[in-house]
Amino acid sequence: MTTKQLLFTLALLLTIAAFAWTMRRIFLYFKFTGKYRLENIPARLITTIKIALGQTKIMRHPVMGFLHALVFWGFMVILVGSIEMVLDGLFGTERMLQVLGPVYDFFMASGDVFAAIIAASIVVFLFRRLFMNVRRFYGTEMKPVSKADANIALTFILLLMVSLLGMNVFYVLEANNHGHGIAGLYPISQIFAAQVTGIDQGHIYFWHEFNWWFHILLIFLFANILPYSKHFHVFMSVPNVFVSKITPLGHVDNMDSITKEVKLMLDPNAAFAESSEAPPKFGVSDINDVNWVNYMNALSCTECGRCTAVCPANITGKLLSPRKIMMDVRARMKEKGPGLIKHGAGYDDNKSLLGNYITEEELWACTMCNACAEECPININQPAIILDMRRYLVLEKSAAPSGLNTAFTNIENNGAPWQYSQQDRMNWAEELYLKE
Amino acid sequence: MSEKKKIKVPTMAELAAAGKKPEWLFWVGSAGAFDDRYKKVTREFVKILTYFQVDYAVLGVEESDSGDVARRAGNEMLFQMQALTNIELINAYGVKKIVTCCPHDFNTIKNEYPELGGHYEVYHHSQFLEKLISDKNLNIETGLFSDKKIVFHDPCYLGRANKEYEAPRTVLGKIPSTKLEMRRNRSFGLCCGAGGGQMFKEAEKGDKEVFIERTEEAIETGADIIATACPFCMVMLTDGIKYKNQEERMKNYDIAELLSMSLGL
Repeated sequence: MTTKQLLFTLALLLTIAAFAWTMRRIFLYFKFTGKYRLENIPARLITTIKIALGQTKIMRHPVMGFLHALVFWGFMVILVGSIEMVLDGLFGTERMLQVLGPVYDFFMASGDVFAAIIAASIVVFLFRRLFMNVRRFYGTEMKPVSKADANIALTFILLLMVSLLGMNVFYVLEANNHGHGIAGLYPISQIFAAQVTGIDQGHIYFWHEFNWWFHILLIFLFANILPYSKHFHVFMSVPNVFVSKITPLGHVDNMDSITKEVKLMLDPNAAFAESSEAPPKFGVSDINDVNWVNYMNALSCTECGRCTAVCPANITGKLLSPRKIMMDVRARMKEKGPGLIKHGAGYDDNKSLLGNYITEEELWACTMCNACAEECPININQPAIILDMRRYLVLEKSAAPSGLNTAFTNIENNGAPWQYSQQDRMNWAEELYLKE
Repeated sequence: MSEKKKIKVPTMAELAAAGKKPEWLFWVGSAGAFDDRYKKVTREFVKILTYFQVDYAVLGVEESDSGDVARRAGNEMLFQMQALTNIELINAYGVKKIVTCCPHDFNTIKNEYPELGGHYEVYHHSQFLEKLISDKNLNIETGLFSDKKIVFHDPCYLGRANKEYEAPRTVLGKIPSTKLEMRRNRSFGLCCGAGGGQMFKEAEKGDKEVFIERTEEAIETGADIIATACPFCMVMLTDGIKYKNQEERMKNYDIAELLSMSLGL
């Protein structure tokens, strides 16, 4: 084993160990969230192909959407090269996948082109974030740390692409010098390499090694930073689309615990039948109440703000921001999760998601119009959490705004949200004529 | 002026007593039965049903609120009591097909009643009218609106909630007139501000009311008529037109009203 192999293996093991530690923690967090049954796997696969792989929803904004799609597809292609780098690092080989022949040429060529496209896209993204006043990048929830998070992630990607191109350029130069031919095709890097003259063999070797190590170590570092960043999106968004809502946006999940109670109430015979178990808590007030799909939504959110930009409440200056709801869910788990792991599900830190993070005013400003969910490029369902918190307020605290309480009372008493007698429900039909 | 024929709206109970079962249940909905403005829409829709001799009936005084408002305002208990009671009634009449003018009830009955035992073929009146127009090969010659510009506001619970953007536009397309679109239309449509229980409560503090934002967008198009297909949108946009002092030059109609008027019913 060469020193390079040894160093690489150590770096890889360190990366895997750190990553496994983080993922285990996140997995444990999930254990404290509620159940949710995934149905209709075929429909989920189709949704994933369309929305995740096909990038259909992000292209609702065609220009930026297309740039993002290029970045995403580019990552997919470049992933092959990254896997090869790991294999090369472990086995001390150079470009070992070249045995794949034309397939290898295809992946290397497209990876090389995509690296340039991604780098250019990232420059556009950074420019928009730093110098353009794009409304969705602002808002109360976008603290300096959130903005820094975005810019750091973009910088990482830019450096990854530059080092990938650098590696390819010096690989081409090295191969030319040795006259052993180039494995793979590098349309962009070959152009760059042709411009480089007068560098001696030693420098070429150094810069190739430098870019190789820089690129792979940056990937290792990036992978371990991601779970602590909004850019965890990179790992979570595709699985998130798979578990996301596939029923029509108008459909909300039935509360089966309530169905049980209501059926008992409507059936007098059943009233005495069974009531041994304590009634479950209705709705969501803290992070342990959200179901695992809600939490996965929150972990996948990359704070792009497309939801908030279309929210009628937010547009008209109300407190509600769907993006903030997702960020709050994630932040609350980050705060309470370690305590839950340490002390178990009963752990109470005298704080809660509803109250300390999300206010009632935000929840009641929602019109349930689903503009946010329609817009989310990775199919996050923000209204589901908002509704579950409303359910807690109404069912556990009887804390609805007074107008809604009146509407509830009217529905209960006379079957309509307004105070009209049910016997008057046909009054509209009086004195109705058709011209002939 | 031609003669007028009085319409007797059949109820499910009467038909059942006579041993008959209509093809359609027309679900009137709470707004359709009680909101003064939307009662007019209900009446126009019934005129259309009568004119085309559709075999239908209503539940009448037996109908109760669908529960949409209760559910989306968080009162799941009340929603399910309403839903289960309604389902029991509808199932007792052996109803298979339902049509309603309210996108909220349409959504709830179509997407949420099945989990509680109510399985029906549910149509929003825009879809029903679209089909009727095509079945009857309807062509409207009257130029009642031919010099008018009509802009359609997508109700969230018809559009985004159920991906029905074209049916109401097809219906409007049959009415000779100029059609316009707002900047935010179809899946990008802006809510009128009444959904999720907002209709029945004060708006939270902000810079503006949602219905004003939406009405301004409609006014910007230069339309003479905002066409809607939802009782809540109707209330909000009518308020918006008043608020912006545009009552003189701008009106708000449901697609069923526009069709009925065009047919001279």
